[in-house]
Amino acid sequence: MTLDFSTLLPYTDQILHGLMTTLWLTAVTTMAGIALAIVVAYLRDGASKGRPTLVSRLLGGYVEVIRNTPFIVQLFFLFFGLPALGIPISATVAALLAMILNLGAYTAEILRAGIDSTQRGQHEAARALGLSRLQSFRHVVLVPAFSRVYPSLISQCIIVMLGSAVVSQISVFDLTYAANFIQSRNFRGFEVYLVVTLIYLLLAVGLRLAFEFVGRRLFAFRQGGSA
Amino acid sequence: MTDFTLWDIVRNLLLAGRWTVVLSLIAFAGGALVGLVLTLLRMGGLKPIRWLIRLYVDLFQGTPLLMQLFLAYFGAAALGFDVSAWTAASVALTLFTSAFLCDIWRGCVEAVPSGQWQASRVLGLNYLQSMRHVILPQALRLAVPPTVGFSVQVIKGTALASVIGFVELTKAGTMLNNAAFAPFTIFALVALGYFILCYPLSRYARHLEKKLYGAGIR
Repeated sequence: MTLDFSTLLPYTDQILHGLMTTLWLTAVTTMAGIALAIVVAYLRDGASKGRPTLVSRLLGGYVEVIRNTPFIVQLFFLFFGLPALGIPISATVAALLAMILNLGAYTAEILRAGIDSTQRGQHEAARALGLSRLQSFRHVVLVPAFSRVYPSLISQCIIVMLGSAVVSQISVFDLTYAANFIQSRNFRGFEVYLVVTLIYLLLAVGLRLAFEFVGRRLFAFRQGGSA
Repeated sequence: MTDFTLWDIVRNLLLAGRWTVVLSLIAFAGGALVGLVLTLLRMGGLKPIRWLIRLYVDLFQGTPLLMQLFLAYFGAAALGFDVSAWTAASVALTLFTSAFLCDIWRGCVEAVPSGQWQASRVLGLNYLQSMRHVILPQALRLAVPPTVGFSVQVIKGTALASVIGFVELTKAGTMLNNAAFAPFTIFALVALGYFILCYPLSRYARHLEKKLYGAGIR
């Protein structure tokens, strides 16, 4: 059979709709996920000074569970499991929650690696200079750690964007859902999936460029420095 | 409707879990083989070959695994190829794994100091001999921890084969849930299954990494 990409043209609206969903899910997840990761890193960092506390054990457990189970299972657990416990949850909320929890765990681990590589003495010096624990965490620990692990962070956000294709399985109308929808109408599976796959590729490239642009602004003061 | 005991659920998940393990092994073994060939070609090959392999790696790393599975399954069917879910999942996961391993291993080969290359070439070893006797043994030590770490991604990746109807752990979970409707228990058990498979590998990868860098390599 011959390829015919013009069969996709009547479905431009669906593809655009799916694209917008994928984009805003990714945008919200990136912000909320990184915020969550910072909180987790802060709480774990505080605890790592002494013996492991209950909080740090629980957070460590959260990170390990997320990192060692597939995203699709986390999604199904939330979407099907929570209503069974009497907590109603829409597909979109479940998708968003699963994505944020997922990115949060991976990013917390990435941040921890960055924090661990900051010399302890710097932290102690900041405290000795009279900064509060929060101030010293923010200025001395977090920002340098953030700039150091920023490349890994970009990759992780892109992985989550690509992984979000799975939310189509709980009928969130994202880019992949649009592809399945069109495929079920025009039976042009190869053309549809090829085009949508390429859209994802462009998204991944675009996201990387955008992140690198923001990174150059954000960490401009460090450029030319030792780190 | 028949009642499902907890044991019924666990038993069925365990039976399906076998296929998660088998698919993971196929993907990892196949991916390692293809990945090794790609790495060798990329390190020595001509410019256009290197460029093509880079494109291959970027394509698989820059697109969703789910889409790769759809293309291998529905896409191939639409082109007139009759592929089973087994074939589609094996092929897609093998190619996916090979792209990531090729990228990891290239980094490891490049991490071997270039003086080692020059020295072995000066000593009269040809490309393959230098690779085989000088570079690869050193690169291998660096490659083991991230490779073990990536195997976790392969196992988790097999969960997506459920979407094209391959009955492994996740698909068994959704099927059981349709019959027994105990989503909380069932998906917690499914997650536990993956955790039991993945966590030891994660720990082992971290242990290997610590050992390698603790030993003062580099």
